Amino acid sequence: MEYGIVIGLEVHAELKTKSKIFCGCSNEFGGQPNTHVCPICLGMPGVLPVLNKSVLEFAMKAGMAINCEISRYSKFDRKNYFYPDLPKAYQISQFDLPICKDGYIDIDVEGETKRIRVNRIHMEEDAGKLVHTEGYGSSAVDVNRCGVPLIEIVSEADMRSPQEAYEYLTKLKSILEYTEVSDCKMQEGSLRCDANISLRPKGQEEFGIRAELKNMNSFKGVLKGLEYEVKRQTEILESGGEVVQETRRWDDEKGVTSSMRGKEEAHDYRYFPDPDLVPIEVDEEWIQRIKDELPELPDVRKKRLIEEDGLPEYDAGVITASKGLAVFYDECMKGYHNSKVVSNWIMGELSMYLNENNMEIDECKIAPAQLAEMLKLIDNGTISGKIAKTVFAEMFASGKDPEVIIKEKGLVQISDEGELAKIVEEVIANNPKSVEDYHNGKEKAVGFLVGQIMKATRGKANPALVNKLLKEKM
Amino acid sequence: MKLNELTAHELHEKLVGKEVSATEITKTVYERIDAVEGKVNSYVTLTREQAIAQANEIDHRIKNGETVTPLMGIPIAIKDNMCTDGVKTTCSSKMLADFVSPYNATVMNKLNTAGTVMIGKTNLDEFAMGGSTETSYFGTTHNPWDLERVPGGSSGGSAAAIAADEAIISLGSDTGGSIRQPASFCGIVGLKPTYGRVSRYGLVAFASSLDQIGPITKDVTDAALVMNAISGHDAMDSTSANVDVPDFTKALIPDVKGMKIGVPKEYLGEGVDQEVADNIQQSIKQFEAMGAKCEEISLPNTEYAVSVYYIIAPAEASSNLARFDGVRYTYRAEDANDLMELYCKSRSQGFGPEVKRRIMIGTYALSSGYYDAYYKKAQQVRTLIKQDFEKAFETYDVILSPTSPSAAFKIGEKASDPLSMYLSDICTIPVNLAGIPSISIPGGYNAAGMPIGIQLMGKAFDENTILRAAYAFEQNIKDTLKRAPLKG
Repeated sequence: MEYGIVIGLEVHAELKTKSKIFCGCSNEFGGQPNTHVCPICLGMPGVLPVLNKSVLEFAMKAGMAINCEISRYSKFDRKNYFYPDLPKAYQISQFDLPICKDGYIDIDVEGETKRIRVNRIHMEEDAGKLVHTEGYGSSAVDVNRCGVPLIEIVSEADMRSPQEAYEYLTKLKSILEYTEVSDCKMQEGSLRCDANISLRPKGQEEFGIRAELKNMNSFKGVLKGLEYEVKRQTEILESGGEVVQETRRWDDEKGVTSSMRGKEEAHDYRYFPDPDLVPIEVDEEWIQRIKDELPELPDVRKKRLIEEDGLPEYDAGVITASKGLAVFYDECMKGYHNSKVVSNWIMGELSMYLNENNMEIDECKIAPAQLAEMLKLIDNGTISGKIAKTVFAEMFASGKDPEVIIKEKGLVQISDEGELAKIVEEVIANNPKSVEDYHNGKEKAVGFLVGQIMKATRGKANPALVNKLLKEKM
Repeated sequence: MKLNELTAHELHEKLVGKEVSATEITKTVYERIDAVEGKVNSYVTLTREQAIAQANEIDHRIKNGETVTPLMGIPIAIKDNMCTDGVKTTCSSKMLADFVSPYNATVMNKLNTAGTVMIGKTNLDEFAMGGSTETSYFGTTHNPWDLERVPGGSSGGSAAAIAADEAIISLGSDTGGSIRQPASFCGIVGLKPTYGRVSRYGLVAFASSLDQIGPITKDVTDAALVMNAISGHDAMDSTSANVDVPDFTKALIPDVKGMKIGVPKEYLGEGVDQEVADNIQQSIKQFEAMGAKCEEISLPNTEYAVSVYYIIAPAEASSNLARFDGVRYTYRAEDANDLMELYCKSRSQGFGPEVKRRIMIGTYALSSGYYDAYYKKAQQVRTLIKQDFEKAFETYDVILSPTSPSAAFKIGEKASDPLSMYLSDICTIPVNLAGIPSISIPGGYNAAGMPIGIQLMGKAFDENTILRAAYAFEQNIKDTLKRAPLKG
């Protein structure tokens, strides 16, 4: 039998406000254990939470960017459970009246636009971290993360393949980056994704029994975890079995999921309105002010790059998917005219080096203006396209200006016809066999000879001029 | 009279007149404590050295010409569920028997600014759950009027300390009557302010939507003075109201002419002692003699108040007390083998039976499948109770009732019957559910010589009207008021 896949995602994003959600402690990532703490986030007896207004504004901003309706009235609730990383033994979250609801994100699926509905976005506080030391016989608690503001973005079960889930997550990340509400670094845990996945016979309306997937710590992990679950659940159904409703943990190293807890072990969180916090009321004026602060979002930016800059849709999509790349592109275009050339370098060399070094664009030493400068140096013949790659590598490593690198390394292109002619003649003289091949119609021989000339000039010969001179002299 | 027997405003005059020093006052208070504390057990912790140092500093400031403000140099007792930096805050529980708070409650900072001298931390029912102080881990407090009887609760230690002259003024907290009932049992004054009037920051939460800190004092004037010191919006407490704070002493006018007082019949029904009911009738006559107009009224939803309270308060408590889990600053069971055992054993051994009972009731009320039937329904009825009061206050300035259906009962009398203990909160609970202010003042004495309190309830953020009625009444019966007969 053929099965259809149904996926919904729950994404937690840490908000990068200056301070925590309910106290004045620093919200910076890291720090020595238990240094970003105070009686409030430590959950000492008698303390009370006070909502950080920026958290509310960040959540509203994210909601607007995800096309949500902003609730005029919402409230906080307590989610009660015991765990050592949760000092109050309850998490302050939002249960039935979240700050944002009924939004959507458009994704591209095989050239078509598909709308994934977002059920809700709510605010909550993060818990701390347990540090397990092997052989020490006990575990330590780091409370720095307690009270770090989070939004949880809950999609509808609208995704029909792991790839769609991946696209949704990618798009969501770029929207959150654009609005500057979150760093969205899955490795650091500032973006976390749980997935609900079920299968149903093709044609059946009703959803099948789902598994909830946790511990996917990268975008690739989400994709692989979901693909594994599709395979696992298909096998169960094919063999006539029934999928168990449970929470499963993805093991990235082993590439498998395993059961964490069943439906019976699910917590009763005993949600109730937090009496320490007052309901949140948002008026039209406030909503409008946040709306006015919204930056250009990925879809609009992509359209602009296609319509105004003439970029191919693919290029525009890749560049605008990351706010960092899109900003880099725009900055670069201020100093250079050809959008396609800029896009080629960003999607090519720049992305390659970033990936190789596992770096984000904001850590890149090359300034957009420097890339524009380098592109101009190619156009005016100072360096060849090939040499430019060497220059770029050096720029990436040192952040130096292209002119400086060219000067230091003596990389200026040889465009002097007299100087080149001498070298060309020498190469012709030394390679009579290739010259003969050429005359016998073997075009490939030209390539060999060009290579020899480049070798002799350490790549600096102007390629167009070399070709011209070679043909003339043979 | 000895210094420790005077009120804050009387001592203030002596301090201003340089007749006495703050150090002398404080020392006299400790002398009294040394003489009677063994019988009364008002305190969990005494802060003698710190208090003497504080009093010395106040004297130094006065000597240097600083203006003597109303509470400067006045010894105060603090209920041991308010956090005090560097001094134990036990909540009278084994769970927090060794807990020292790293910060001060907002009221403590305000009192320090006012220049009070903290004598110690007073006994209470464990985590303020009870009406007799019998659930305290540190033993029962005894009523200074009759050591065989309870002082009421949960702020029994604060009330007994004032009645026994072991402090001049004190702070209690009131979730369902915990300031007013012990004040009535001990023949003194207790004011529960409007919810949101006084910051709860640093008050170890019992039921967050009901808890409120307030004064327990020897007279109405002192209550107004303490209110001046502790009231006001606090950025650390989202539920503290951002409203203007009046000068509460401006309400101290002995005149109730034309004041309309409603007397709800539901507060005088079955279960109210005849002597208490008679006392209310007598109080009505006194108010009328002073020119007030008293009428019987009905607050029809009163009958549901105890049920509503015993769902909402335990529900909030079950969550508020979850943090006491054996992991950090609390009591920790020694023999736990894993995390679950650590939780279960620490909580089983660290909490007393009444606290456990309420945690279980609250956990049940919030459970999935029961939430709508219990917690949600209780909140709806709470709104009706609040509306009863709002409607009454459209016509009446003040509502008068007994503070408690009986005078102080014997130690042990109700300890094994939680239901009868819960029912004795009937007169005080509706006020907390409605969030309105209420004051208990002495109304007279029963045949056994025990004090009977009367309660005056007012509109939200209108403490001044009840203070005025209370002050007028107090001035009127001043000559009949007695002191607790406790000898040193």
